[in-house]
Amino acid sequence: MTSTNPTLSPAGGADAPPAGLRPNRHSSLRAAQTRRKWYEIIGLTLPAVIVYVMFVLVPMGFAVYYSLFRWRGIGPPTDYVGFDNYVLAFQDPIFLDALRNNAIIVVGSLVVQGPIALAVALLLNRRFRGRAVFRLLVFVPYVLAEVTAGIMWKLLLTDNGTVDALLRSLGLGSLVRAWLADLDVVIWTMLFVLTWKYVGFAIILLLAGLSNVPQELTEAAAIDGASWWQTQRHVMLPLLGPTIRIWMFLSMIGSLQAFEVIWVTSVPAVRSLGASATMATYMVDNGFFARLWGYGNAVAVILFVISFVAALLFQRFLLRRDIEGAVTGRVN
Amino acid sequence: MAADPYPSVTRRPVAWSTPLTYALALAVAAVSIAPVVYVIIGGFRTTPQIIADPAGLPDPWVWDNYVRVLTQSDFWKQALNSAVIALGTTVGVVVLGVCAAFVLARYTFRGREGLYTFFTLGLLFPSGAAILPLYLMLRDLTLINSYYAVILPQIAFSLPLTIVILRPFLSAIPRELEDAAAIDGAGRLGFLWRILLPLSRPALVTVGVLAFVASWNAFLLPLLVLGDVDLHTLPLGVQNFSSQYTSDTAGILAFTSLAMLPALLFFTFAEKQIVGGLQGAVKG
Repeated sequence: MTSTNPTLSPAGGADAPPAGLRPNRHSSLRAAQTRRKWYEIIGLTLPAVIVYVMFVLVPMGFAVYYSLFRWRGIGPPTDYVGFDNYVLAFQDPIFLDALRNNAIIVVGSLVVQGPIALAVALLLNRRFRGRAVFRLLVFVPYVLAEVTAGIMWKLLLTDNGTVDALLRSLGLGSLVRAWLADLDVVIWTMLFVLTWKYVGFAIILLLAGLSNVPQELTEAAAIDGASWWQTQRHVMLPLLGPTIRIWMFLSMIGSLQAFEVIWVTSVPAVRSLGASATMATYMVDNGFFARLWGYGNAVAVILFVISFVAALLFQRFLLRRDIEGAVTGRVN
Repeated sequence: MAADPYPSVTRRPVAWSTPLTYALALAVAAVSIAPVVYVIIGGFRTTPQIIADPAGLPDPWVWDNYVRVLTQSDFWKQALNSAVIALGTTVGVVVLGVCAAFVLARYTFRGREGLYTFFTLGLLFPSGAAILPLYLMLRDLTLINSYYAVILPQIAFSLPLTIVILRPFLSAIPRELEDAAAIDGAGRLGFLWRILLPLSRPALVTVGVLAFVASWNAFLLPLLVLGDVDLHTLPLGVQNFSSQYTSDTAGILAFTSLAMLPALLFFTFAEKQIVGGLQGAVKG
């Protein structure tokens, strides 16, 4: 409203209308303003809404529809099979392997990356010369493309490759495995590569959280005679709570969708046996490459529902306080 | 026991633990970049050298692999495709995101919070899960094998985070500025263009950088929708090169190094923005 006042006042001041006409003109101007406001609101938000609805929401709706058909992707789907595709998925041992692998990645990422990231973040938050350079180096794996990182590790981990040679030269030759081919080992290799790739992200987030801790608090703790460890344990850690929970949330969603690193690093044959498959690789293998579109879409819906439920549960029980601002929007 | 009057308390732990700090920091940094350094150096060796001694240094150093990749492969074409798609995505995300976040931050109207929640819901929609129906839709729209097939979905999936980051930033700018602009005869849009945008440049750079890096590194979507080899982006190129020339280990190492160089350079310049953006996201 305020913005249109200036255009109003000269008009009102110059030829002041008779008192009787005033409310009428005023209200029509007001209506024009309101109309203009709505034009602006709609004009500015519509492009974003259209793109968002069309490419984020609509496809998920179609996935549900396609998942009810046996369909090779040619012409419209006609062979309605109800929930058969879902039943088939849960009867396929490879898909169950994929589910188990996703569970390993979700839990493994949290349990391994969390403590490492916390330790490194607390370390890099201390003042020492060259800290900026160390920070930069630690983030390098995170900015590399998943594909680049995957191919790099694939080369390093090949039989008698660099990792094996390094282990042998350290006298740890007995640890050498067929990292990418041994069906019992490969998922742990994947977890290792994922940890290397994503622990930097956890560190960035935690450092961001640490930098929000007012310096007065650590100074106050120091004046009270707290050691560095006590300060970290009793001041920093509790204040990092929200950041840690947001990281856990993002890590969990990312782990449920794990695709690129596994797709590139692990051998297709191993993947097709289920040893390194995840829900997402299983979905692309079956839906896109084997052209089982109905079935692939059913897997997409399962993946989506699992992620969605996990996200909602996590929000409900752990994240509520932290993102209340973002979702309910306290905007003045 | 009286309180220690000397502020040296804060210094003491640093004094004894500095070497330890350095040792740990060095170890962590080494683990992070050793594989990357290995790949870059490996590109200077020959494949027989690598097979004979996987963990050795180049002897002699050869430039041939890098020269070969830069002159004979599709490296430049793919880098150009990646750049066009990443720039298109970034511009789209920033323009659409700013417009929507501006309305959500500075207009009062019925349904505003509903609209905001509607956008934040997108944070819960994993792009990976939507990839198959997305492909089918793009195919029906005959957008497959075009830059748009990658750009439009990437914009759509980046919008929620962009709006979540931008909205608090845009609404934090004091109302008095808007009133002052109004007195000077600027409408709301003039205020957005002349005052709000210049003031929120840091936030714009942050969302732009996040969108650019995500797009530059993207693999799954281009893999499905860019069947045409002439449109392939760098991540697809790296993957193709490594599966096409499996025996040319040195060549793969060189190609991989060159492909990650832009991201590394870009990150070195934009690190502060990325960290700053995540910081904003953490604050909520």
